[in-house]
Order: sequence, then C-alpha cells, then structure tokens
Amino acid sequence: MTRVTLSALLSHWWRNPLQLFTLLAGLALATALWSGVQAINAEARASYDAAAATLGEGQFDRLKRRDGAPMTQDTYIALRRAGWLVSPVIEGRVDGVRLLGIEPLTAPGGLAPRAFGTVSALAGFSTGDILVAPDTKLARARLVVDAGIAPDTAISDIGTAQDILGRDGEIDLLVIAADQPILQRPLSEIAPELVRQEASTGADIASLTDSFHLNLTAFGLLSFAVGIFIVHGAIGLAFEQRRGTVRTLRALGVPLRLLVVLMGCELMGLAVFAGIMGVGLGYLIAGMLLPDVAATLRGLYGAEVAGTLQLRPIWWISSMAIALGGTALAASGALWRLSRLPLLAGAQPRALALAAGRGAKVQGVVAATLLLVAGGLALAGGGVVAGFTLLAALLIGAALALPLVLAAVLGWASNRAQGVTTSWFWADTKQQLPGLSLALMALLLAMAANIGVSTMVSSFRLTFVGFLDQRLASELYISAETPEQANLIETFSQRNAEAVLPIQKVEIALAGIPTEIYGNRDHATYRDNWQFLSATDTPWDSMHSGTGILINEQLARRGGIAIGDPLDVATSSLKVVGIFGDYGNPIGQAIIDETLFKTMFPEGSPTRFGVRISPENVDDFVAKMAAEIGVPAANTVNQAGIKAFSLGVFDRTFTVTTALNILTLAVAGFAILMSLLTLTSMRVPQLAPAWAMGMTRRQMGLLELVRTVLLALLTGAVALPLGLALAWVLLAVVNVAAFGWRLPMFLFPLDYLWLGGFALLAAAIAALWPAIRLAKTPPSDLLKVFSNER
Amino acid sequence: MNVKLFIILLILPFHLDAQGFAGLGQTPEGFAQPAPDPIFSFPQDHGAHSDYRIEWWYLTANLTGEDGLEYGLQWTLFRTSLAPEDKEGWASSQLWMGHAAVTTPDAHYVTERLARGGVGQAGVRADPFEAWIDDWAFTGPFDRATLRATGPAFGYDMTMQANGPLVFHGDAGYSRKSANDQASYYYSQPYFQITGTLHLPDNDVRVVGDAWLDREWSSQPLASDQTGWDWFSLSLKGGAKLMGFQLRGDDTYTSATWIEADGTTTPFPNGAFSALPLGVTDIEGRKVPTLWQVQLPDKGIDVTVEAVNPNAWMETSVPYWEGPVRVNGSHQGRGYLEMTGYDGVTSQ
Repeated sequence: MTRVTLSALLSHWWRNPLQLFTLLAGLALATALWSGVQAINAEARASYDAAAATLGEGQFDRLKRRDGAPMTQDTYIALRRAGWLVSPVIEGRVDGVRLLGIEPLTAPGGLAPRAFGTVSALAGFSTGDILVAPDTKLARARLVVDAGIAPDTAISDIGTAQDILGRDGEIDLLVIAADQPILQRPLSEIAPELVRQEASTGADIASLTDSFHLNLTAFGLLSFAVGIFIVHGAIGLAFEQRRGTVRTLRALGVPLRLLVVLMGCELMGLAVFAGIMGVGLGYLIAGMLLPDVAATLRGLYGAEVAGTLQLRPIWWISSMAIALGGTALAASGALWRLSRLPLLAGAQPRALALAAGRGAKVQGVVAATLLLVAGGLALAGGGVVAGFTLLAALLIGAALALPLVLAAVLGWASNRAQGVTTSWFWADTKQQLPGLSLALMALLLAMAANIGVSTMVSSFRLTFVGFLDQRLASELYISAETPEQANLIETFSQRNAEAVLPIQKVEIALAGIPTEIYGNRDHATYRDNWQFLSATDTPWDSMHSGTGILINEQLARRGGIAIGDPLDVATSSLKVVGIFGDYGNPIGQAIIDETLFKTMFPEGSPTRFGVRISPENVDDFVAKMAAEIGVPAANTVNQAGIKAFSLGVFDRTFTVTTALNILTLAVAGFAILMSLLTLTSMRVPQLAPAWAMGMTRRQMGLLELVRTVLLALLTGAVALPLGLALAWVLLAVVNVAAFGWRLPMFLFPLDYLWLGGFALLAAAIAALWPAIRLAKTPPSDLLKVFSNER
Repeated sequence: MNVKLFIILLILPFHLDAQGFAGLGQTPEGFAQPAPDPIFSFPQDHGAHSDYRIEWWYLTANLTGEDGLEYGLQWTLFRTSLAPEDKEGWASSQLWMGHAAVTTPDAHYVTERLARGGVGQAGVRADPFEAWIDDWAFTGPFDRATLRATGPAFGYDMTMQANGPLVFHGDAGYSRKSANDQASYYYSQPYFQITGTLHLPDNDVRVVGDAWLDREWSSQPLASDQTGWDWFSLSLKGGAKLMGFQLRGDDTYTSATWIEADGTTTPFPNGAFSALPLGVTDIEGRKVPTLWQVQLPDKGIDVTVEAVNPNAWMETSVPYWEGPVRVNGSHQGRGYLEMTGYDGVTSQ
C-alpha cells in the first residue's frame, strides 16, 4: 500500500510539473542566496585565519619604533644580547604580493609557517626559498608552494626579503616570544626608541573586515528570510492543491499517519535535491562575486583574500541544513493542518483564504509584539546581538503585518469604489490577497533589504569620500627615509610649494586606550577641511594655544570622553575641544599642537610631509625634487591617486551590492510569478461569473496585471520606511556596537525611485504570463464551472 | 672528547636511522676533515673552525652550595655549518645552538637558544676570548673567565679560573670515534675552579666547585651505524681524572684518557675502557641507564657511577641526558655523565 500511495502522491507532480518546478526552484534559490553569501564569508575568514596563522598576528607582543620607521639590525642584536627573546620581521610588497621576511630560528612557535621538518628545508629557506600559497603570482625563482600560507602572501627568510626589497640591514618590527628569561635589561636602556605593542592591538585587521562581513551576513540572513517565505508559499500551495488527492486516498482507506509520513519524506527528498542545486548555484554566485569582494577587502583594509573559491564543508553543510530546516519549518504547518483535516472536507481553494482569515488575528498580535520589541530594542538595546535581534524583529514583524496593512487598504478602497467593475476589482483583489501574501512578503523583504543595504553602502561611500577629502587635503604626500632627508624635504618644499605640513606621530596610551597622537602645524588646510562631530566654538585656537586636544570618535566612545573633559597626555592635562570622525581606524587618534608635541616627544621627528601646491604643478614638483635632493617619486603619493583608488574600491563594493540586490529582487519576482500561476488555475470558478456577465477575457487579463502592479506598489510603499529603518539599524546600532563609530545616514530618493521602478517591473513581468494565460482561458473551461463544480 | 653532542641538529626530528644520532653520521662533502698528528695553536683554536661541519664548547660543573647540597651546571654552545663555505650576514651558513642547565638533587632546569651566524647574535671569538649566544656568554680571558646563562625559570652568573694545563685526548688531540676513519679534534680544560650564584625559582644559591670544558670539532664524528654514546668525565679523590666514552653501534667502540693530577695523560684504545648499565630510570617512557659500572683495569678502576638526579633529561631540540654523578667503589669522586640515543623507548 505504501508504494501505491506514494505513487499516487507523486503523480501530482507529474500532472503539475510547473508546481514541482516552483517548489524546487524556490528552495534552490533561497539556499543559493544563503550559501553564496556564506561561501564568500567562509572563504574570506579562512584567508584571514591563514594570515593570522602565518604571522602570529594577535598572538605575540611586538616592538616597533615610536616614529614608525624601520629599525636597524644592530638594535635587534643589542636586544638579543640583553636577554630579550625577540625575532625580526620585515614586510613589503613585491608584484602586488605581501612579502614577509622572518627569521626561522628565533621566531616563536606559531609564527613560522610550519616547523622546518628537515635540515634541507631549513637550509633551503635560509638560502632563498620563498614560501607562497598555491596560485600566487610572483615572478621569482625558488618559490615553494605551501598551502598553509595566506593568499597573496609570500614568506621568506629575513635575509632574502631584505635583498628583494632592497632594504639591507633593516627590520620593521620585532616579535616578542611569550616566555622571556628571568634576567634581562630594561628596554629603555637598550632601545628607548622602541615601543611595545600589546598582542591584541596593532595590525588587527579582523575588527575592520568584520564590518564588511557583518554587512554580508545581514544580507545573507535577509536573503534567506526572503527564500523561506517563497518555500513556505510553494509548499503551502502544493498541499492545498493536493487536498483532493488526500481526500480520495483517505476515503480509499489509507491511514492518515502513513500519508503524513509519506508526504514528509517526499518533501525532504525534494529538499535534498533542491538543496544540492542551491549549493551549486550559490557556489556559482560566490565564484562570480568573490573576486570583487576580495578586491574590496584588500583595497579597504589591506586584508588578503583569495580570489578563488574552495569547497569548504562548513558552508555547504550549513546550506544543506538550512534547506532541510527551512523545508521542515515551512512544511510543518501544512502537515499539521493536513493531519487535522476532517476526512471528507471539501477541497475548495477558498479553504486557504478562510484559514488565513482565522489566522489573521494571531498574525496581527505576533506582528505587533515583534514591532514593539524592535522599538524597545532601538531605544534601550546595546551590543551586536541586540542589534541583530532588533533587525530580525523589525523585519519579521513588518512582513507579518504586511497582509493586514494591505487588507486594510484594499478594504478601504473597496468601500469607496463606485461602479460594478471597480467594486468587483477591489473585492477580488482582497480575496486574492491570502494566496499572494507570502510572495508579497518576500517582495517586501527584498525591497527593504535593497533600500537598507544600498542606503548603508552609499552613506558609507559619501562619508568616506568626505573623510578622504578632509584627511587628504594636501595635494602631495612625501615620505622621508632618514631624518636628514626629512630636513631636506622640508626645506625644499618651503621654497617650492605653497605650504609644507609635517606629519609626526607617536603611539601611546590615552585613557588606557592605544592611541596615535599627532603634532599638527597651524595651517588653514586643517581649519578649512576638517569637520567635527562635535566641538567647542574655537577648537583650532584652543588646540594650537597648547591647552586643547582633538580626539577621534573611537577614543571618545571607548574612553567615555566628552567635549570639555580633561585628558592626561604625557605630563600635561589637556582639555578635549573637538571630536572628529575617523572611519576604518581600529585605534584611538588624537591631535595636539606641533610645538607642544615636540616638547612632549622630543625623540620623534616627522618622516612624512603633506605639501600644498596647485594640482597641475604636482608632477613638476616631484620631478624637481628627485633631481635636486634625490627623493625618488616612489616616496611620494599623489592625493588624486589615493582618491581614485579609494573610489575604485567602492565601485567594486557596489558591484557586489548591486549583484545581490538584483538577485534578491529576481527571487521575489519569481515568487510572485509562481504564486500567480498557481492561483490562476484555482481562480477559474471565481472568474467565470464575471465572464458570464459580460467582462471580456482580455479585460480580465489586463485587470490581473493591474492588480499585481498595484499590490507591488502598495508593498513598495511599506518597504520604503522599512528599508530606511533597516539602514538606520545597520548604521546607528549595529555598526556602533561592533566597531565603535557611527556612520551618518544619507538619503538617496532617486535611487529609491529606480528601485521601486525595478520592483514594479519585476512584478509586472511576473504577472504578464499568468495574465496572458488568463486572457486565453478557453471559454469551455469557464463554461465548465457552471456545469460541474469541480 | 666526549663525543659530546653533536648537534646539529637543529630542529630535526631525529630518527635513529642510518645517519647515526642527530645526523652526525652524514657524509661531510666539501668540509675539512680531521687528520692525525694535529698541531694546535692557541688562542686561535679556542675560536671557531667554520671549515668543519660541527664544533662545540661544552662546559659542565660539579658544585656544592652554601646550603650543603650538590648541584650540577651545564653551559654548551654548538656550532654547525650547513655548507662548507661561509658568507656574510644572513647568508652565513653557520647555525648556533646553546644549551644551559642546572641540576639539583630533585630538580633539573633546562633552556635552549638558537641563532644564525653572520649577524652577531652568536659566535666565538678567539682573542680576546668570547663565546656567546644572545645574552649567554663565556667571556675570557680563557683562563679567568665569566660564564652566564638565563632562561625562563633560572639563570646563573659564574666566574672561573683554570688551575692546570689543557689536556689533549686520543693521539695528541686526534680522537678516533670508530674503527674506520671517523674522528675529531678534541681537547679539554678540566681544571677550572668555579664559583658564583645560581638563580633558581625559589632563591639564589652561592656555589663553589670545579668545571670541565670540552672542545671538539669535526665533520663526521660518527660512523653511520652508531646510534648514541655514553660519556663519562670523572674527577677522583687524589686529583686524577678519567674521561671515557663508548659509542654504541653494531660494535661498541670505547676510548678513554687517564689524566694525572699534574695533567699528564695516558690514552687508552678501543676495548680498554668499559661501561655496563646496572640500573635504568624510566623517564616518561624512555629507559635511561642512570647507574653504571665503569672499569679501566689498566688503572685499577672499578667504580659505580650513579646519577645525582636520575631525571636530568634535556628536553631540547635534540633530546639527551646530561647530569652530575657520584663515583664510588675502587675510587671516590664525582663527575658528569652524558647519554645520547635514548630518545626512543626501545632505542637500546
């Protein structure tokens, strides 16, 4: 009996291949979006892990020069001979690849890529082997491929790296081993120019890249929510349509329990199949997007991410679990209803609507509760978890509320309608709402996600570009290799440019927070370009008088410091007179007057300079400087170049965001199409009377199209505020909790208009085919309604 | 000799395979080879011989603390060369390894350092004499030196004075290690009076005693079938000293030097000296003989040699056993014992 029953159930799919396709495609698309985003995240994280493992970043304290310049090898030897167990590292870039030079014998365990297992491996490494990840493009001899190395990173012996980089005898930093001898001379006696950086600070790219992944993860969750609505809808409809079959089978004596079990197994089988397709599809999506994501992360944060994808168990297993779990979630309600169905209950399509009507009250209460929770969290919550909870409550609450809002609007319109056709249109639209509501919820979430994410990305771009304008106010930046060269550059620039602004900094702890403190020269460049988040009336005057200090937002937030608060710097107490935005910086930053800086930190000298000069003279200046004082063009950075590069990075971010936007919209459009196709055949009995009373099939098709566009428009009207709320949560709640700075939110009405247009277009395209089918329904089918009520 | 360690090791997982212990049986292509009838020249020969593959400055000391307890001290610097020719800077083929240890009757502290040659982190200069790796240093003049080492748990600061002549082992400093060609240059300064402070985890201890320095260099000191050795340096009451070792291989090869109180030496060929394990200690699964019967019948020696602390295991890149011993039987005295090749549970 099991086999016969199963084949009877499955025969439904044979007769309705389109429905089978809907179900499989919906599940596969939902899984694909989720797994695509997860794949990108997993790949990027694995790349960071490899980087962390190679570098031991975050594991060991380091010593660096206070002024950021390289130290000499003599300093290293002096420290070793004073009992300091430190190991030298030199860093640089070659052919776009990050080259790390390490010393294998002194490197603490975990720093070197792997134990050199043999004398010949050690001998090879110390005489010039370069370890690289697979597929690294480096035009050098003696490359040795090692899968444990981060992408686009090469590791060589320090001597080899010094040769390649042309930096004989230089060391960038010293890694401090965890276990130090009991007797060692103090650092201040041997190398007072060095500062110790705690393991947890310094080049910690994780907190920065996390920002990007948080956004991607949010996108992934939204995509999945959209997908789950689709799956839920598809399964619900499949069950609804098979009521007749179920009734017949039960009447023939098939036990209910067997039916439920068989249908559950059948769905799980379909879910496995669709899940595999979804994972494959997600792999394709991720494969297409990953190069752009990798380029974005590299450009924004200097984090190396492989541009190629590996099949990592973590994401395909999680994606399959999501597909199966999503199906189970979506099917449980349908199976539960099936198990409670009276033996000979009628199989009217209206059952769906009636059931929805009964659930409406519960749905309303749940939606209201979720929205209240969201509101409460927005007012009171703090932390990343609260931020995401807020996001979830807001989105699910809004989605659940959507059918109720739409029903209210349609009811209102229906009451005001004049004329028979209009009244019928409104009433029929309202009647169709339950069947379409899941697809409309998906559309709502897709549109809200698009509005939210694009608002966030665009706000980020505007802010960052403004920030670059502020920070890169000088037209040209020059790095000096030695203090002597620094003097030459300063003198030369004073003669040949409008102004020269030395950039000098030291790293110290302010209010217990690692902070870079800068000594700024009083110049209009700063006064004209810098904007403060908050400040006293005359921040620049106070700062340059030597009584005030400017700090960045991170320092203010982490230290709980406000305008007017005193801050101890070295031996003085300065008043905080301004707080400025400082995006993408993991540590604190502060600015004091140049003269005060030199008194407090006499050992530091500026090694970088900003030069004010009219942009068209920059090239001449650089050429002249190379000829007269021998500073190579390689030591200069043209402001225009940095900005172009930064904007290029953002364009890539946009590529990723746009692609994901289009995908989610396409998925939502697909959901509408499938819902309408299913409804079309079910609605023949409702349309037949209208046809019989004189409405043409063409008119009915047209109205069908109008109806869908109207519903999409109404959904869009709800999506706009929801999307903006989403953007606000991402920018003002999640970002602050995760990274310590708040991004200002900008609005982009034209973008929203375009998006609305696309959404309507997607809805119209989705409705077109069902409308045409409707317009071409054979009159005989319509007639049959009157002769034979199903 | 003492065939002391070897080295070299660095970092390799040493399998007791056909290469002998710690790679010391590898063929030394391109390196200089010890030859019979050496002519030594000092102070130059206290310095490094980078044309030979391996070399060591190996000092052990038997100490008595102001608290009356017995202590042992080790300070060792190994040099190995990855290639016959040396270069400047990081391209240098020299690798250095330092081992330091302090042994008490119930504790054994060990630490290790590794360094590249060519950049000044480690090296040996003949005149004025200094052997160093990081902050560890054996600083001359050679006859009145200071000695220092530190580790995460302990350290020591010592001064030493040599009260006797250098002693040359084997055939005037040419020390055979097998029935074939394996040999090394080998001399000692066994007459150091040593005094200073041990910095132990709980307290500092003033100590006084005597130290024995071994100098040895070669390019292939072991035959390929030799998997380890047991080496004894014993100072007997009355002033005489005995250096003896056996190399364990397909056939055991032994060698010994009898040193009179005045520094007069008598070398003994293979077979004259014997060492028989009487008792083993289980050190984390390794069976290490820490009680021996040592005989040199030609000098009437028949003694038992017993470890002061049987757990003096050197948990270093190349693990081995090294610690102070007590001598009883036909003669009384104290000394140091080094045993290699016991790293495997069944390596005997």
